[in-house]
Amino acid sequence: MHKVTVVNRIQQTFDNLKAKGEKALIPYIMAGDPSLAMTESLVLTLAEGGADLIELGVPFSDPIADGPVIQQAAERALQSGTTLKKILSTVRSLRIKTQVPLIFMAYYNTILAMGLMGFCKEAISAGVDGLIIPDLPPEESDELYKATMAAGGPVIIFLLAPTSTSQRRKEVIKRTHGFIYYVSLTGITGSQLTDLTQVKKNVQAIQKMAKKPVAVGFGISSPEQAHDVAQFADGVIIGSALVRNIFEHHQDPAFLSNLKVTTRKLKTALASKN
Amino acid sequence: MKAYPDKNGRFGQFGGMYVPETLMPAIQELDQSYQKIKRDKAFQQELQRCLKNFVGRPTPLYFAERLTKTLGGAKIYLKREDLCHTGAHKINNTVAQALLTCRMKKKRVIAETGAGQHGVAVATVAAMFGLEAEIYMGTEDMERQALNVFRMRLLGSTVTGVNAGSRTLKDAINEAMRDWTTNVATTHYLLGSVLGPHPYPMMIRDFQSVIGREARKQILSVAGRLPHCLVACVGGGSNSMGLFYPFIKDTNVKMVGVEAGGHGIKSGKHAARFSGGKPGVLHGTMTYLLQDSDGQVNLTHSVSAGLDYPAVGPEHSFYHDMGRIHYTSVTDKEALAAFDVLSQEEGIIPALESAHAVAEVVRLAPTMKKNQILLMNLSGRGDKDVQQVANMRNIPL
Repeated sequence: MHKVTVVNRIQQTFDNLKAKGEKALIPYIMAGDPSLAMTESLVLTLAEGGADLIELGVPFSDPIADGPVIQQAAERALQSGTTLKKILSTVRSLRIKTQVPLIFMAYYNTILAMGLMGFCKEAISAGVDGLIIPDLPPEESDELYKATMAAGGPVIIFLLAPTSTSQRRKEVIKRTHGFIYYVSLTGITGSQLTDLTQVKKNVQAIQKMAKKPVAVGFGISSPEQAHDVAQFADGVIIGSALVRNIFEHHQDPAFLSNLKVTTRKLKTALASKN
Repeated sequence: MKAYPDKNGRFGQFGGMYVPETLMPAIQELDQSYQKIKRDKAFQQELQRCLKNFVGRPTPLYFAERLTKTLGGAKIYLKREDLCHTGAHKINNTVAQALLTCRMKKKRVIAETGAGQHGVAVATVAAMFGLEAEIYMGTEDMERQALNVFRMRLLGSTVTGVNAGSRTLKDAINEAMRDWTTNVATTHYLLGSVLGPHPYPMMIRDFQSVIGREARKQILSVAGRLPHCLVACVGGGSNSMGLFYPFIKDTNVKMVGVEAGGHGIKSGKHAARFSGGKPGVLHGTMTYLLQDSDGQVNLTHSVSAGLDYPAVGPEHSFYHDMGRIHYTSVTDKEALAAFDVLSQEEGIIPALESAHAVAEVVRLAPTMKKNQILLMNLSGRGDKDVQQVANMRNIPL
């Protein structure tokens, strides 16, 4: 029963957006950076500003897929005492206030340490909709998949990269739920995205095969870039640029209202044509 | 016993390929290339030539007569990997992977290094084969092993300091994996131990098995029988796996892996994965890992940079759980004492990593009978550690 509800919160969002002719704005923030209380305010502000889905980074000591901005955010979050269990409590408390789909971006060991089944049950009851696990390719995902099925969620969102072969594309498309996370560049988070033509070509090829939404992340930092990517992708993920902004400005008294304006600008940029 | 790993790169529950999608095609390509060169006669002949003429193999099996007499128990034999070119076993693997890199038509290699021995071995083969090399090293290790940093640079490699986390081997691997993710099209990650995603643990085990194959033949030829017990230190676990693996089916041969006990297991400041770790995933593989209850990787400590790592090769975890290999640990203090023992009893200054194995031999030999044989892998020479040991003893040089 739960599973249906969960698939629906992500899928429903993409379906609604499609009906309106809109693209999904998906901000990423590091849970617990600078504190979990702040994370709660940030999620609510982003949702009010027009974020369609929100990714919550679960801090890990050894984030091999991340560039310096998110590495340092993870270090700050761990220093502030953030744990997976505490993040789940934050989600529980957020679910009273917002129904925005929440997706965890977590390295596999943090989930493994809690126990796959225990984690999935907690996550689904707290209101987590999806999981992105950068170091868990489809080949290694059977056990987690079984646990999500038994617990009724969350769904696993797999990634595709510019290096993925067509065989791997098929495999990921078959296994992913909610949407496909397309990594725009061969590299780590926060790198500079330069070749948009290639991204477009790959995303369109995947869309053709998949009949599932494709969101693009890594290296998208400005409203202009977000706009360009939204011309072909179903969703745009903004991570490092936002994490840096939060780190640099979160102490400003007007920070949350400014963030809402920035978010709205991004959402508008996605919508505008040409 | 059936052969491991299985086709998914698993040693029982351990091993696997836990890497970002961006790298998956590269490790699959590496697996295919490795399978190909394994059966390729020309490649194997070229590798044999390099091992003989460049590395200096076979290395001797040396009977440590004075040490044996002093300890008063088992006959002690040392496999002299310290006599390999560049002073440690690491080059057995780097020569082979450099050849493979050329076969894959890649021009750049990257590597991590802890003690600097793997880094030097990579820099050496990069120079020999004309490859560009960038070596990542924790800044804490760069301080401990300044001499090796200079050697790598002298050999024409770039050494990049990593100033994150514990600033040691673990953080160097993180950074190397990030580089690989970014430059995967042109770059081969020349990993230095039986770690990381499949096929690395299998491939590096195979490349290092030359140690055990030679040692087995040598001991049979000088003693006419197999040793009673093998001893080697275990950081990531390549020198130990290299010695142990060719004996794994010889069920009468005991095997002891020696981990870094640092300030002692109770202090929490150590790198003894089998004394304080539990299975987890780090750097692409499922294995015993020193971690807290939230799955965050613990900081480790060892006087020896090469053993200062929170995870261990997945095949070691497999043999640990199976009971085939016994693991123990040796403290910094015991290793430093053993450093002196081997220097003064045999005229061989061991690497601090290898000194951990010596310390176990010092414990074990007297408990054994005089007609029993104890064979230890002397994985590296200690010249690189002389400065550090002098500093620790407040001796100005």
